Amino acid sequence: MLQITEGSHAVAEIAKFCRPQVVAAYPITPQTHIVEALADMVANCELDAEYITVESEFSALSACLGASAAGSRVYSATTSQGLALMFEVCFNVAGMRQPIVMSIVNRSLGAPLSIWNDQQDSISLRDSGWLQFYAEDNQEATDLHMIAYKVAEDHDVLLPAFVCFDGFILSHTYEPVDMPSQEEVDAYLPAFTPYHRLDAKDPISMGMYATPDYYMEFRYELERAMQRSIDVIKRAGAEFAEQFGRDYSALVESYRLDDAEIAFIAMGSICGTVKDAIDEMRDAGKKVGLAKIRTYRPFPTEELTRALAGVSTVAVLDKNISLGSGGAVGTEVKAMLAGSGITVLDYIIALGGRDVRKRDIAAIVDLADKGVGDMFYGLRTEVL
Amino acid sequence: MAEHVAGCELFESGHRACGGCGPALAARLLLNATGENAIVVASTGCMEVFSTPYPETAWKVPWIHSLFENAAAVASGIEASLKRQGRSEKVLCVCGDGATFDIGVLCISGAFERGHDITYICYDNEAYMNTGIQRSGATPYDASTTTSPAGACSTGNQRPKKDMPAILAAHGAPYVATASISYPQDFMKKVEKALNTPGPCYIQVHAPCCTGWGFEAGETLNIGKLAIETGMWVNFEMENGEVTKVKKVKRKPVEEYLSRQKRFRHLFKPQRRDAEIAKIQAIADRNAEKYGIDIKKKE
Repeated sequence: MLQITEGSHAVAEIAKFCRPQVVAAYPITPQTHIVEALADMVANCELDAEYITVESEFSALSACLGASAAGSRVYSATTSQGLALMFEVCFNVAGMRQPIVMSIVNRSLGAPLSIWNDQQDSISLRDSGWLQFYAEDNQEATDLHMIAYKVAEDHDVLLPAFVCFDGFILSHTYEPVDMPSQEEVDAYLPAFTPYHRLDAKDPISMGMYATPDYYMEFRYELERAMQRSIDVIKRAGAEFAEQFGRDYSALVESYRLDDAEIAFIAMGSICGTVKDAIDEMRDAGKKVGLAKIRTYRPFPTEELTRALAGVSTVAVLDKNISLGSGGAVGTEVKAMLAGSGITVLDYIIALGGRDVRKRDIAAIVDLADKGVGDMFYGLRTEVL
Repeated sequence: MAEHVAGCELFESGHRACGGCGPALAARLLLNATGENAIVVASTGCMEVFSTPYPETAWKVPWIHSLFENAAAVASGIEASLKRQGRSEKVLCVCGDGATFDIGVLCISGAFERGHDITYICYDNEAYMNTGIQRSGATPYDASTTTSPAGACSTGNQRPKKDMPAILAAHGAPYVATASISYPQDFMKKVEKALNTPGPCYIQVHAPCCTGWGFEAGETLNIGKLAIETGMWVNFEMENGEVTKVKKVKRKPVEEYLSRQKRFRHLFKPQRRDAEIAKIQAIADRNAEKYGIDIKKKE
């Protein structure tokens, strides 16, 4: 049913429909509206779950790990400093193959303290073994939670998943969202079937230590699961399209790329602005397009390479910076397109909530035309 | 108490603990008390490492290890999950003193404040043994460890042992107890009692470490007994914050306990440090006074 709703409430609603048995979360801006809404649902018997009000994000994810290992579907949400505090547990959850789904309401990392949006938080966990989905709008944020659970819990995958959506820009914005019913979600997402669980009737040991004789094989299996997840994501996306009419069967969404000379690569809410800017530039005869990365982990190398085949220049918009190297996405795209003859230019933008408008996108196209890139865009030079 | 056929322990033999390992005995005893219907959450540490080198495990009950400091939080999630599924297994944390007194305090405090139905067992060998005998908040005064070594201008660890049972009792824990592997029946009874008490319960079991403390492997139980007999360790039970039971002793001087361990050797050699021994005796005297452990002579 189409409803005008805040992003956080849409995410809380869909989290409820995914029927988590245990929710463990710690409040942090701008994630609070989600966990408040879930607490309200539990208090009013709309969500039949154990809600653990933990004392830190570190414990939130640790409790989720325990609940998942005991055989429950679990849910949590966090952002920024909270995710940083979870760093150790994130690697652990992935290594222990627990298919936990967690919303990341993307926010910058301090210092300096900033509650506003960029994607440094989830990007910094890129090597942790979690699937990473990025939503452009609140509809996509809603839909990706269903897909994330389905993919994460698939026995060919068994990896945890972040569903990332931009703090404030999406989380606190009211948009129309076509919210499925409980029955529709049930029809799409089957009940959780754990591959292993802690059970006195069939005792197993989980989380044992591995000597050099075994450790590397565990990591190899994780990477194989990541690679297998590509097909599972496509399948789950296609099934979603069949049931709900919105198509997520691709890891990369191409927008007006067919005859494009300059292609943007971006993730998250900025893609909406980029699409609008592209429409205007197209009207003015400029051949620009967008390859939107929906799945950052696994990195969609094959799809992205195919999508960019005809372009001469790629402008990567990075809402993060790997200090000392450049934007994280830009770095990977450069590696991916090395030797292709395509020029890849990276733009660090929108850090700490710095606004990006259509005219900024047009300005970046002008820079890309001149071959100027690998830079921070939108700096206030007067305060440097 | 769960019954087991001799030789079919739930904590299986063949693990890699040192000969004479106190914590290994603690694990065996506690699983004798829990029986099969238990789930164990371990912290990183000696016991985790010697009992579960992949692909071998000594645990014949479901067992999980996540990180050093999060066992209480993991257990919170397991307990919530079991409750939701209507399952009956008891959830236990089995963690060392470093994981309990130091790095895991936040998670333990949270779990106890929230009132999860878990039993937290700290096997206390009074230092970080797995990493090579570094001091923890549980290390007693004047013990020499690799990070609090006795030296020309130090007599070892300069802080008294943290009072963890009192901290957890202050959280409103319905049952808090101390125990010793040297008194196995008492320890097992306490584990059973904790398991049968709803809410978060804490047991701190003294588990001497021959390698870290420096005594012969065959002496483990004797050393644990001497700790009790000298008042360096007090076995008690607290119910709803009140001490309800204390192991009484005819107290021996602390020197009898100290002089048999290399970690206190610097108090006796090259020269005797009477002032330091007196300080430790004062700690034991305070313990005796606080808990009333002394068996009084009849007048």
